[in-house]
Amino acid sequence: MEKSNHFMDRTKLFFAEIGDMTLFAVRFFKELFSSPFEFKELIRQCYNIGIRSLFLVMVTGFILGLVFTLQSRPTLTDLGAESWMPSMISISIVREIGPVIIALICAGRIGSGIGAELGSMRVTEQIDAMEVSGTNPFKYLVVTRILAVTLMLPLLVISGDTVALIGSAIVENLKGEVSYTLYFNKVFDALSFSDVLPATVKTVFFGFAIGLVGTYKGYNCGKGTVGVGEASNSAVVYTSMLLFVIDFIAVFVSDIFFEI
Amino acid sequence: MMRENKKPVLELKDIHKSFGNNHVLKGFNLRLYEGENLVIMGKSGSGKSVMVKCIVGLIQPDRGSITIKNQDIITMGQKELDFLRTEIGYLFQGSALYDSMTVRENIEFPLRRHKDKLKDFQGTDQAVKEALESVGLLHTLDLMPSELSGGMQRRVALARALILKPEIIMYDEPTTGLDPITSNEIIQLMRNIQIEYNTSSLIITHDVDCARVISNRIILLVDGVNYAEGTYEELSNSSDPQTRAFFKN
Repeated sequence: MEKSNHFMDRTKLFFAEIGDMTLFAVRFFKELFSSPFEFKELIRQCYNIGIRSLFLVMVTGFILGLVFTLQSRPTLTDLGAESWMPSMISISIVREIGPVIIALICAGRIGSGIGAELGSMRVTEQIDAMEVSGTNPFKYLVVTRILAVTLMLPLLVISGDTVALIGSAIVENLKGEVSYTLYFNKVFDALSFSDVLPATVKTVFFGFAIGLVGTYKGYNCGKGTVGVGEASNSAVVYTSMLLFVIDFIAVFVSDIFFEI
Repeated sequence: MMRENKKPVLELKDIHKSFGNNHVLKGFNLRLYEGENLVIMGKSGSGKSVMVKCIVGLIQPDRGSITIKNQDIITMGQKELDFLRTEIGYLFQGSALYDSMTVRENIEFPLRRHKDKLKDFQGTDQAVKEALESVGLLHTLDLMPSELSGGMQRRVALARALILKPEIIMYDEPTTGLDPITSNEIIQLMRNIQIEYNTSSLIITHDVDCARVISNRIILLVDGVNYAEGTYEELSNSSDPQTRAFFKN
């Protein structure tokens, strides 16, 4: 009985949180289109989120391309389908692995960073101080961050995918003696509009989810350092789950429109 | 005497505030007059900070009215409230400086949306320098808050509160966590600001020395209501033992 009550309470809390987060998202859209606009802060956040994550995304993408090709090579060689390597790798990376892996890495780096930053600002009354000074902290802190992640994540994913394909081309060049020109010719032959467009569009939603959850958790952070830790941690956990849900929906919708 | 000559700039009537079953304020009343230094004393957790947050609109009271310069802030719209907030300076207990910004950016911040307040100055830079000069920290202009001591952070926060030339300043525990010498410096600074800017101040503290030096009047907040009210001398020599207990060092 006690266990079922506990379960009911947790379920209620979960749905209440989803409701709060939806209202938070609605407020974001309302504030997004009302003046004053915080362009300077938006550019600063784009730099912080985009440029400062680029190195991590590039390294991860490069290793992803290398490892994926090295792992797939023996199987395709056994089947005598080595020539399919560039098409298989490029479609896998561009459609699915690149966006999901890079979004997960960004959820860890950017989502937790936003959660911790806003959380500590809440705990140390910096958000209250902004409000008291007559500045709208939601617009200054939340809207700029969500927008910056939404704009930057597609660019990060495109950069990561490109570097992953370069990594893959290097392995193919060294192991399979495939020239870089031939490799990339095969890549561009294999990729079509229906591969690139849905994959890029879903990264916009990934970015929005990372920004939304990170800012929501930080802005509504509990008290003390424990609250900041929880905000940062739960931002990553919630975002990671949400990314897979969005990915599932995106693949489902893409299938309807593009018959993938 | 002061109260007879001057008009109230801030008035709280029958303020109630609860958090769940915790009834923090149970009908608190207050009137702050022009140019007055009013000290609110009370035990930790007695609701002093909640009360001051109700005044600036950070917390909505459950019942009662709050009037600032004859305007009811509870029924006020967000835009009007933001504008009225420029008339109120707020010194937070932990300074609340924006730690990702330099001292200059911290002080400039309130001016971003209230450029009209710059009409007395030749530009933002002059306004920032003047505010910092008034707290004696002009040399810290390009430092980060983490590079400042606790006392310096408190003074920079005070400069930030002063940048919009407010008519009312709220001090939430201005000397808490500071050594006695720095505390005295902050108290002197508060006095100088009151004289220089002719502000009305509401000071939340349990620092008896601070209350003695700075107060024109003291209200004791006990169990969510006004327990006693008077000058420092009146209350510290009160016949009531609970009132006297607040003034023992």
